[in-house]
Amino acid sequence: MQYEDPNFWRAGAVSTTVVMAVVLIMLTIDSLGAISPGGSHVPPYTVINRHIEYAYDNKFGRDMPVIGKDEPLFGTPVNETDAAALIARGKLVIQSRACIDCHTFMGNGAYYAPDLTKAWLDPAWEAWIAITGAESKEEAMTRFLMKPDYYATWQRKMPNLGISRDEAVATVAYLKWLSSIDTNGFPIHFGRIQVNK
Amino acid sequence: MSRSKNLAIKYLAAAILFFGVMTLSGLLSAAYYINPQLLFGVLPFNIAKILHIDTMIIWLLMGFMGAVYWFLPEEFEREPVGIWAAEILFWIFAAAVLVVAAIFLFVQWGPATQTTLWLFQQGRKYVEAPRWAAIGVALVMLVFAWNVIGTAIKAGRITGIMAVMSVNMVPLVLLYLIAFPLIDNMAVDLYWWWWLVHLWVEATWEILIGCIMALAVMKLLDTSRRIVEGWLYIEVALVLGTGILGLGHHYFWIGTPDYWLGIGGFFSALEPLPLLGMVVHAIYDAGVHHMKTTNRPAFYWTLAEAFGNFLGAGVFGFMITLPQLNLFAHGTQWTVSHGHFAFWGAYACGVISICYIALQERRRLVTVNGAGWVWAFVLLNGGLIGMVGALLVAGMAQAFFERAIGGSTLEAFIAGQENPWFVLGMYNRFGFAVMFTVGYLALVWNLLALGRRETTVLIQPAPAE
Repeated sequence: MQYEDPNFWRAGAVSTTVVMAVVLIMLTIDSLGAISPGGSHVPPYTVINRHIEYAYDNKFGRDMPVIGKDEPLFGTPVNETDAAALIARGKLVIQSRACIDCHTFMGNGAYYAPDLTKAWLDPAWEAWIAITGAESKEEAMTRFLMKPDYYATWQRKMPNLGISRDEAVATVAYLKWLSSIDTNGFPIHFGRIQVNK
Repeated sequence: MSRSKNLAIKYLAAAILFFGVMTLSGLLSAAYYINPQLLFGVLPFNIAKILHIDTMIIWLLMGFMGAVYWFLPEEFEREPVGIWAAEILFWIFAAAVLVVAAIFLFVQWGPATQTTLWLFQQGRKYVEAPRWAAIGVALVMLVFAWNVIGTAIKAGRITGIMAVMSVNMVPLVLLYLIAFPLIDNMAVDLYWWWWLVHLWVEATWEILIGCIMALAVMKLLDTSRRIVEGWLYIEVALVLGTGILGLGHHYFWIGTPDYWLGIGGFFSALEPLPLLGMVVHAIYDAGVHHMKTTNRPAFYWTLAEAFGNFLGAGVFGFMITLPQLNLFAHGTQWTVSHGHFAFWGAYACGVISICYIALQERRRLVTVNGAGWVWAFVLLNGGLIGMVGALLVAGMAQAFFERAIGGSTLEAFIAGQENPWFVLGMYNRFGFAVMFTVGYLALVWNLLALGRRETTVLIQPAPAE
């Protein structure tokens, strides 16, 4: 019987692999278009000049980012080039401090510290504005990143990673842009529920 | 003994050494959850975590290489081509791993510059090693591929198993190149990073360990090559047939289009099939041979590999792979539970099995048995299953209280971490991690003592020169 012949299964293995690889390549081409800045799922980097919210969308049946009116970081709009430079520097900060080995981004990483996908939208920053004596959310985030051990959140403190002001500002810009990505509803109903301990 | 087999012993010894580093850094990582003040300001959690997951990759990779160098001369009846280069690179590889570990421990991080990525670390999970070290790993993989493919060409003949292994070397080398680039866009970065993590670990590694275990089964149970190769082709078809698009279950939430929810969910749900096939194969072979073998530890670790792979990668993966549940379980200790079980079952048990096979021949033992390996087997598997269970409880609590009820904010995260079920899970995980560590020590002791005590083995006379 041909089913007992290894060559039959070898042909099956080769053809299956080739078909699946071709489909993956086609889907990859489409996906890369959707997740490029300005694509259907990822806004351009200049979205950091806008107000961002996260709300339930009845049409799609899931939570989605909502891009609103002008609301530049630190009150100063940036052009496309400067926005790209900020994002590039922010990513370098995230990698040079291995943030992903404590936190998660879009649920990927370590699990010792909170997920940062929608961190920009976290209601907790309101309290940190008062704690840090800042006048805005972005300033509070910047001050926190520069001295996380001083502005400790809870018993599991973030260590001081020597983040400079420029690096902290770039990281805040990165987190704001990150929160604008359509992540198919993850995390679900972020920031809409008050936890009762 | 051939140069290739001598090199194999070195790789297997190094693998067991780094297995120990992985175990200790894992124990330390678990301790942070119980006492967050531990080593604060000296060694942050992320460095312990990096050491834990990076040495896991390294020891398994070294174990695979040891296994391949062990079987190569038997499969081709000659020394591998370029074995001299592999011998030199072994020492460079081992030294580089130690230097990188020292950098992680004493330098830890650098400013946001390219220099940091080149010299200190790249800050991408699993591939945190600085670029200079990543280039070294790529070079090692390249020479490894040359040893396998070059030997097949030089020998002028090839078995089915070695043909699969040779073809598999190409994506094994190419996919690792994703460890290098700095991609600003997190969505694109994660898209390609998952090619490295999923297609490397869950596809090329699965094929590689499939080839290695095929050779091991032939050695342990004297199973016919025709049957083993037929099964291997079926496994390749199922692993790649389900796994290539099963990659999509990592694309649910990273910004990619929502068609991945359906594609990833469907194909990843089928991923347990090849693993179930391995279990069926293992039970069939064990039954045919009435559980008789001259190397009981290797045989039982092979069975543990088949069952662990199916349960850890297959069943525990299936539990959280459908997007409707993954929306809540993603990024929690539930994922960690699956990860621990999957890596252990899919790869670690197989590498340990190969260590016993190699030592039986190296020390010229007719049979390998005794109580020592049983202690190691029970403590390691018991500790691992205990950890997996504890993490599952903690992860479920996190999924419910942080994700479903809390909405994943900082406040919800803290509420989840302080939930009594989560805390209980962390304490239990630590306890079972201690048990696992004792099991590791028992394994090392048994591997070192194997054949040196007459009560456990019979010594075969040295062959005449």
